Amino acid sequence: MSDATADPGKIEGPTPDDPLAQAKALDNVDAQGRMLAADGTPLKKSLARSLRIQKLRALMLIAPLLLFVLLTFVAPIADMLFRSVENQIVSDTLPRTVEALQDWDYESGEAPDEPVFDALYDDLFLAAERREHTRLGSRLNYETTGISSLFRQTGRSVEDLGDAYLDQFEELNEAWEEEVVWAELMGSDQWLEEQRAWDEESGDPLPEFQLREGVATLLPETTRSFLNFVEFIRTEDQESPLDEEPWSRVYTGLYTDLMNEDVANYSGPHAELLQEADAAVADFETQTTKEFFLSVDEDWGDPRIWGTLEAFSPNYTSGYFLNAVDMQLTPEGAGLRDEDERIYGLLFKRTMFMSLVITFSCILLGYPIAYLLANLPMRSANLLMILVLLPFWTSLLVRTSAWKVMLQQQGVINDVLVWLGLVGDANRLVMINNQFGTIVAMTHILLPFMILPMYSVMSTIPPSYVRAAKSLGATNVTAFRRVYFPQSVPGIGAGSILVFILAIGYYITPEIVGGTTGTFISNRIAYHISSSLNWGLAAALGTILLAVVLILYWAYDRIVGIDNVKLGG
Amino acid sequence: MKMTKTLLATTALTLAGGAVAAQEMADSMTLVSWGGAYQNSQQQAYVVPYLEMNPDVSVTWDESSNEAVAQLRAMNEAGNITWDLVDVVASDAIRLCDEGLAMEVDHDEILAPGETESGEEVDPTDDFGDLIVSDCYIPQIVYSTTFGYRTDMVPDGAEPPNDICDVWDLETYPGQRALERRPINNMEWALLCDGVAKDEVYDVLATEEGQDQALAKLDEIKDEVIWWSAGADTPQLLADGEVFMGSTYNGRLYSVIEEQDQPVGMMWDAQVFDLDGWIIPEGLPEDRLNRVLDFVRFATDTQRLADQANYISYGPARDTSAPLVPEEMKQHMPTDPANSENTFLYNYEFWADYRDDIDAKFQSWLAQ
Repeated sequence: MSDATADPGKIEGPTPDDPLAQAKALDNVDAQGRMLAADGTPLKKSLARSLRIQKLRALMLIAPLLLFVLLTFVAPIADMLFRSVENQIVSDTLPRTVEALQDWDYESGEAPDEPVFDALYDDLFLAAERREHTRLGSRLNYETTGISSLFRQTGRSVEDLGDAYLDQFEELNEAWEEEVVWAELMGSDQWLEEQRAWDEESGDPLPEFQLREGVATLLPETTRSFLNFVEFIRTEDQESPLDEEPWSRVYTGLYTDLMNEDVANYSGPHAELLQEADAAVADFETQTTKEFFLSVDEDWGDPRIWGTLEAFSPNYTSGYFLNAVDMQLTPEGAGLRDEDERIYGLLFKRTMFMSLVITFSCILLGYPIAYLLANLPMRSANLLMILVLLPFWTSLLVRTSAWKVMLQQQGVINDVLVWLGLVGDANRLVMINNQFGTIVAMTHILLPFMILPMYSVMSTIPPSYVRAAKSLGATNVTAFRRVYFPQSVPGIGAGSILVFILAIGYYITPEIVGGTTGTFISNRIAYHISSSLNWGLAAALGTILLAVVLILYWAYDRIVGIDNVKLGG
Repeated sequence: MKMTKTLLATTALTLAGGAVAAQEMADSMTLVSWGGAYQNSQQQAYVVPYLEMNPDVSVTWDESSNEAVAQLRAMNEAGNITWDLVDVVASDAIRLCDEGLAMEVDHDEILAPGETESGEEVDPTDDFGDLIVSDCYIPQIVYSTTFGYRTDMVPDGAEPPNDICDVWDLETYPGQRALERRPINNMEWALLCDGVAKDEVYDVLATEEGQDQALAKLDEIKDEVIWWSAGADTPQLLADGEVFMGSTYNGRLYSVIEEQDQPVGMMWDAQVFDLDGWIIPEGLPEDRLNRVLDFVRFATDTQRLADQANYISYGPARDTSAPLVPEEMKQHMPTDPANSENTFLYNYEFWADYRDDIDAKFQSWLAQ
């Protein structure tokens, strides 16, 4: 900066540096040539600070509204949109199965092998205890029909596999029925002491379970399922493991361990019991997990079921979006749906088309009324205004139902036409439960949203312009076309945006008068929210609808220009 | 001696426990139902007598049963269950139970035993029998979806329709039909009239060809059908003379015929039985749960279920209630022998599986 001031001769006349130079002369400049405020801090800094304080104050003023909008508008919508890709339920409910399935290849055309079924047994047993398996079943049933009952049925019978071993262990020695025997076998002495001292009435939390040393390596499978069991009854039921017989899953684990591990050197509690069982298990009646699952339902041998599980195992899925555009995620990859199952493309197109038709009929009907409103003397204009607003004060359902009474085949309009002899009694017009009915009813309902912005723009157009045009020789038509109409376009723009965006998300009216050919995409969204409970698909459809509206808005801005839209003078 | 002491102590504890439980009952309940005549029958038969016994309790009705599944899921996610007892149809109950939104109940434990005319006690599970279609479900009534027709629009010389296939017979019975805008029931009726035996309907419907067959049969009348979505639509369409015949719930037809005196007749052939009953939402606090259990025990006993039939033409779900139904009401019941010569049993499990798949097909067929 000193360079600039040192060489002023290059610039003629006053320069931005002049005040600096003057300030320097006033001693308000520091050694680096920065200007100082009255309190000695650099001016730039102090300016920035005061600006920041002002901004902060403004932010504080709007903070309540901002928070309100964020919490009640942005957050729920973001949450809903997130559901369209979220898919944690599979890996949450069946974590080991999902992992084991990674080694399996759908292309093999065969169901996976024993280890995957073992993992499934483990996961499904726990899920059935937590009653989460049916929920997963209905989730996957959206993708492959039949999984819902497969999971429900398997969840009901998953106890049976372990029960077979449980019975055999208990037949061998009744001690295996004793909760205490299990607790002493698996739990550490310190925990046993604490657990015994625990008093249910006291309301104290249950003591943390501690494994007996060495048992995890001696009986790994048993340990894992026993830990699941203890964790479950501690947290879900608040029960002491001393009072609860272990799940049948634990007995299956014990069987597996005794077959695989050597317990001859074990010398802890109940060593004899364990060694006795070790000698006997070789003669137990057995069934592999795979055989067991196939006996519950042979669908478990169907690679499609496993393929679906594999395809939907990631935490995030494109499946819902694919469904929303008439495709589906299958084990073979994404593909188009069967032709007789495609519906969303048709509905999106129909929603667009009908919303446009409704918008244009609103313009056609609304423009003359708005013109009248703006140009009539105050008194008559007010009366007309009341007529425009009157529908607003009537329930939407009543207005829609009124159209039913008007338009149906035994309705007012048909009756009048038949009475006048314009149509025969046998050929009454079909005007409801189709597209026509929806367009008529919705045009009527949305008309005020078109008229009001048009009116407020038209009422600001000075009448002298048209008069001036006429005095310069324009005909009525030319004056209107060249002078009045261009000035009313911002009103049409605003009304069109309002009506189109309202129409595209409309739901009640098409549901009541739309029949089968006059329904919108929002009717399907409502169906998936409230009936099929497929919220993921509903969210995907909603996201696409939102995106389409935003794109249209962008295109509108490029073509018409959003600055040309006015809601009032 | 020690034994006696323990026994005494246990008894005392149990008594104390009972007393505590009795005190810990909330004094208000929110019941959810369908509104209209049906809710009124519940109010008269269950709630009014219950409130006479418990004057301190206040009961609020919420008429949201048709969106109960979605609402309960939203409440569950928000962790704030505002409903205490919800009236839903069986298929919704199965779904709520699957989703973990409804509480599983032990019917023999929480419900009052049934009482036969001779004064014998019957276990609730035997009394309700097959109607307990889900572990979460406490059935109240049996209703049916069946057809009503305009008696004055039956062509001269023709018999009034008395066969489900008359719905397809446009030559003998011209005029529009009203059918529900969903595949359930319609697909079954179509197959029945396309020559499929009654006990094979669901096997056929499980196949792709079977679904196409049903839709092809529906195609024959598609142009003459008005598709309804609310239970009140068909009665209205019949009353206006818009349709010649239409499917709806039998109780709705009863009120069109008996209360509004419209020229409408019932066609009971191939009526499809369905159930309506209570579920208790999962996750109620203890005091509210105690109150609900107390109410449910009372409201689903033999006498109360029979009382409900005084107000609406739906059959009680308990076997033991059937003899107590008033004589003049019996002829309007879907379960009356004269009406139930040919009935169709709705397969819940099938629809729980195939609903999404067939619905996609059905809606796409409708939209074409």
